[in-house]
Amino acid sequence: MSHVVSPIREKLVTGGKSYSDVTHDICKQVEGEPTKEWKWAFGISSIVFIYGAYCLFYTWWQGIGVWGLNKTVGWAWDITNFVWWVGIGHAGTLISAVLLLFRQKWRTSINRSAEAMTIFAVLCAASFILAHMGRPWLAHWALPLPNAFGSLWVNFNSPLVWDVFAISTYLSVSLLFWYMGLVPDLASIRDRATTKGRKFWYGLFSLGWTGSSKTWARYEYMSLILAGISTPLVLSVHTIVSMDFATSVIPGWHTTIFPPYFVAGAIFSGFAMVQTLLLITRVVFKLEDYITIEHIEMMNIVITVTGSVVGIAYLTEFFIAWYSGVEYESYAFINRATGPYWWAYWMMMTCNVISPQLFWSKAIRTNLMVSFFLSIVVNVGMWFERFVIIVTSLHRDYLPSSWAMFSPTMYDIGDYIFSFGLFFTLFFLFAKYLPVVNMAEVKSVMKGVSSNFPEKKKATKKTEE
Amino acid sequence: MSSTTNYILGVYDDEDEVLHAVSEVKSKGIKIEDVFTPFPIHGLDRAVGHERTRLPIAAFMFGVLGLTCALSLISYTMVFDWPMIIGGKDFFALPNWIPVTFEGTVLFTAFGLVITFCISNNLYPGNQPDLLDLRITDDKFVMAINVDKNKKVSADDIKKALKDSGAIEVNVK
Repeated sequence: MSHVVSPIREKLVTGGKSYSDVTHDICKQVEGEPTKEWKWAFGISSIVFIYGAYCLFYTWWQGIGVWGLNKTVGWAWDITNFVWWVGIGHAGTLISAVLLLFRQKWRTSINRSAEAMTIFAVLCAASFILAHMGRPWLAHWALPLPNAFGSLWVNFNSPLVWDVFAISTYLSVSLLFWYMGLVPDLASIRDRATTKGRKFWYGLFSLGWTGSSKTWARYEYMSLILAGISTPLVLSVHTIVSMDFATSVIPGWHTTIFPPYFVAGAIFSGFAMVQTLLLITRVVFKLEDYITIEHIEMMNIVITVTGSVVGIAYLTEFFIAWYSGVEYESYAFINRATGPYWWAYWMMMTCNVISPQLFWSKAIRTNLMVSFFLSIVVNVGMWFERFVIIVTSLHRDYLPSSWAMFSPTMYDIGDYIFSFGLFFTLFFLFAKYLPVVNMAEVKSVMKGVSSNFPEKKKATKKTEE
Repeated sequence: MSSTTNYILGVYDDEDEVLHAVSEVKSKGIKIEDVFTPFPIHGLDRAVGHERTRLPIAAFMFGVLGLTCALSLISYTMVFDWPMIIGGKDFFALPNWIPVTFEGTVLFTAFGLVITFCISNNLYPGNQPDLLDLRITDDKFVMAINVDKNKKVSADDIKKALKDSGAIEVNVK
């Protein structure tokens, strides 16, 4: 099918690539020996992972008393990190599902790595859920399994149970969506394989893909339906995460604005994390022709939009705290901005509200170094957002005699480090052993969007004649 | 596809050409077995003559099943097996059950859909298909014509029709 593309659109694939070039460029790093850079990166992330695993093991062994929690602040870094990672885990599905429904072709070169990132981020989030249960070997108690207590069931009226269902459904459906997207590309690697091992493993996981028109037609329907159900799913996940807080009666948490505000924040931080990883991946794997400045700019625009939504949410919260006339609510917010945690609040405000506004300038949003720096700034800001919401709302409760501060121990920090080790170890394994760009989808949008593509075709035809 | 079948393969290197070629070859009374491509081409399946897939119906059915299972489980546990008053609400607190019911619906739809897709396309781990051309998953579009199903047209005519429709290679397998 010819694609009608507006002439004002930038080319999505540059460098005059042919279909075969796409296969070659993407499969190259799967087929070749690991590069020195990859070995270093993987080595360092493994060391971080091992150190983190020790800290996490110690936490599980000793119990969560090793954290810096106290009677007043009974929930701090564990849940902050959880919400942060789940938020990051929203971008992949958003890019692959929502942008598919909107027929945004620029998604094709970034959706694979964004989805992989989603899955790894949700796994990191799950590690905090398990850890903060205190007795992770009883995690199955959160599921409605028949048991010897009566049987006593889980409480389906509780947002924490909703969360268990939301996160596990999200993880499994994203994994399924990602894997089905991989099948045609795994078949490409299988058919190019020169070694027995590669032929076997990629053959095993490509499920006997033939590329028949009937399979493709069904595949298109399947992708569309998966995208259609993943879109409300991704929105439901962070909505439910926000309800963990919003259905409580703590001033600062008990607000109806939480669901949309959390979802916007999730997209914001997720896109920033995708941006960070893409900017590294495109250089390391030399994918500049596939992940172009145009892609980076599109991502930055989404970051600006969602960052502004988040900014408006912050202001609305403040306004409602005053307008409601509830003095506890007002105090919670004044305390956030001017109390002992003022630095965390202003860190959040600067990183999340002010910094993305810089992207209004085209020079800034098309500058790679600035984009890279700001993508990290946004994620720092989003971590502080969750910290501010959670810790500042708890640390000064109704009874001034119990007011307290929270200071993390090395195990709070170590468990957070664990999640980074896990995330990057998995990401580097993915980047080496699986195609980082969805080859079939990129090929399907190349006509009309790849520079020189039609000219090149004509030229080959002439020589044939 | 078994190796005893005789296929004549037309290899094309452009998606628009193969789409036009399908109708051109069909107009000469040749039955096309299937067309194999590196990526989906809109309208190709209909041009070849495949029926519209019923996957969406299957997905909907799985969704209904998921919804029913989730609601049955929740109402059984919360209303019949061990009713408890929580927050002064009814035992049958439907609004509170929307999140889990929704997740159950999505979970069943997604897995049901993908499993149905794999079964209907004969996709399973360890399946080693007898591939007609290894370049299909790279950059070539291959039209397969089953000689045994085209008794009325001679093999030479089929080859000529493929060549005329723009095939860059014609192979026999």
